[in-house]
Amino acid sequence: MKSLEELKAIREKMQGKVGFRKEDAEGMRVVVGMATCGIAAGARPVLNAFVDGVAEAGLGDKITVTQTGCIGLCQYEPIVEITEPGKDKVTYVKMTPDKAKEVIEKHLKNGQVVAEYTSVK
Amino acid sequence: MYRSHILVCGGTGCTSSGSQAIIDKFNYELAKNGLENEVQVVKTGCHGLCALGPIAIVYPEGTFYSMIKVDDVEEIVTEHLLKGRVVTRLVYDETVKDDKITSIADTDFYRKQKRIALRNCGVINPEDIEEYIGTRGYEALGKVLTEMTPDEVVDTILASGLRGRGGAGFPTGRKWQLAKDLVKDGGQKYVCCNADEGDPGAFMDRSVLEGDPHALIEAMAIAGYAIGASQGYVYVRAEYPIAVRRLEIAIEQAHEYGLLGKDIFGTGFDFDIGIRLGAGAFVCGEETALMTSIEGNRGEPRPRPPFPAVKGLFERPTVLNNVETYANIPQIILNGVEWFTSMGTEKSKGTKVFALGGKINNTGLVEVPMGTTLREIVEEIGGGIPNGKKFKAAQTGGPSGGCISAENLDVPIDYDNLLAIGSMMGSGGLIVMDEDNCMVDIAKFFLQFTVDESCGKCTPCRIGTRRLLELLDKVTKGQATLEDIDKIEALCYYIKDNSLCGLGQTAPNPVLSTLRYFRDEYIAHVVDKKCPAGVCKDLLSFTIDKDKCIGCGMCAKQCPAGAISKTDYIAPGKKLPALTIDTAKCVKCGACIEKCKFGAIEKK
Repeated sequence: MKSLEELKAIREKMQGKVGFRKEDAEGMRVVVGMATCGIAAGARPVLNAFVDGVAEAGLGDKITVTQTGCIGLCQYEPIVEITEPGKDKVTYVKMTPDKAKEVIEKHLKNGQVVAEYTSVK
Repeated sequence: MYRSHILVCGGTGCTSSGSQAIIDKFNYELAKNGLENEVQVVKTGCHGLCALGPIAIVYPEGTFYSMIKVDDVEEIVTEHLLKGRVVTRLVYDETVKDDKITSIADTDFYRKQKRIALRNCGVINPEDIEEYIGTRGYEALGKVLTEMTPDEVVDTILASGLRGRGGAGFPTGRKWQLAKDLVKDGGQKYVCCNADEGDPGAFMDRSVLEGDPHALIEAMAIAGYAIGASQGYVYVRAEYPIAVRRLEIAIEQAHEYGLLGKDIFGTGFDFDIGIRLGAGAFVCGEETALMTSIEGNRGEPRPRPPFPAVKGLFERPTVLNNVETYANIPQIILNGVEWFTSMGTEKSKGTKVFALGGKINNTGLVEVPMGTTLREIVEEIGGGIPNGKKFKAAQTGGPSGGCISAENLDVPIDYDNLLAIGSMMGSGGLIVMDEDNCMVDIAKFFLQFTVDESCGKCTPCRIGTRRLLELLDKVTKGQATLEDIDKIEALCYYIKDNSLCGLGQTAPNPVLSTLRYFRDEYIAHVVDKKCPAGVCKDLLSFTIDKDKCIGCGMCAKQCPAGAISKTDYIAPGKKLPALTIDTAKCVKCGACIEKCKFGAIEKK
């Protein structure tokens, strides 16, 4: 390494990874239901789509992607909840990796809730 | 991209309680469940809560698993990592409130801590330079080399008020300034690091080396630039194999990335670091002895002046700081003087790491702002004293320091306050004692250590400490007179005033401070021939309370000296004859007390 730019490039590459190791109550949280019902319905690819998508979008230090147990609406799995301080919780149901990409694009990046994927009353 | 990280502590404490086997098992279980590309296992440095090791933290949730066993790993993987259900029974109980998991940062142990020197310990993989760079590593070095002059660097450290964390608390910036300015002949200068952490009970330097070795490398390079040195040496104890290994890896990686070696960041600045292993002598932690040892000679101190800033290593100007001091440097450069001086007291800025040990629940490493009281450290962070016993004193500064008694629990801890109450900061070992500790015995313990470790070069230390130990021995055997106590005090001052180096000059401190706060205990040993804490064997006698004894004979079976026999006395309502101890035969081992279920045996 011969320049500060190279150092900066490594730092930016690693920041998402290392910055992930702190508990951040402030930012947005994406919680994927990963109980048996969720896994059976395909929650793992959804979770991975969120993890990769958030990292690609460079939002790793602002948004936490995590998992939880059974949310209780097993017939609607895979379920994804998005929480943000000061806002109502948004629950997406019957998610797929493709839907996840759309949610990242619209909701996580631009704050527009994708109403058609949210829970039915 | 991994969705979850498992941080397993690979510090010395957790390694000795088996964390490597846990890491292997995690990797095995993750592969078995097809999670190896989703969950990453990271071996980190010390988290500080050594009493609860082995420790594993799962992110992004921040779930803190403590005291886990290899057999628990499968459950954590299948429940938590596969299904997202935290294994509550394995979680550190302080983080479970009303069945909900709370943040580790809110526990008593971590809430009052402020981690600067330890900021990366337990957070990054110390064997991966890129993780360090990800936490703004080497940014301070880049800033210094491209934006600041050596004078500005020295002025920044001076203005920060940073003082040496290894003992006496000499202002670090002043040290650098002297090494930079006093000799200007254009010749070689050196930057050294004292990692010969010898105080019994202190292990913060080891933790930094094991958990964040690049911070030390970066700081030494900054010091090199500031004073005009191109070579550094780390003098580290050979008894710290994990620390040495990680430092070697770190230096190698820094070379690969061009952060050590020639022309760093293309600025023309050259700097390299070598490791020198100490062979186990306490005196080599003294600066002149340390440098003599690096030169390849027998590690003995020499008189100062000349000070190392003028004639240090190989008779050239040298800066010598300890590991914890260096660990603060990059943060001061990055965050600025104002940030650093906002923490601490008027004359002691920043934070200090303490190694908590002795009679305390949360044994481990804590970093608190200067000015925190001993009460906060012992009662809140340390979780108090086990078994409901009462606090008696805390020893700071190891064999060079002194004790702090209960009356000073609320004194804000900083360099000057500790000196005023007869102790010293030292390297930050903090050993807590309860009512079962005899203060004369504690003083004797530390003095035994300095007698063993005295290098023998000067007479006051070599012979003086030995005579002092003999006098203390007389006290603990009940053979001393009140004049002996006066002699002890006079000899202490004589050794302090006349010894060559810091070892001898501070060796009597534990004796002087226990005499200051616990003179009544000394008097009790001399006049009443009693040890109030019940520790000094020669002053104890064991007796059996006939009315409590039921004559079961368990104590007699345990007694290795055959000192317990039956009497003619049968207590009212009892069926067997009571027992009695023959004090002439008794060896005072205490085995009988442990066995007696009726509390009938007394030690006085």
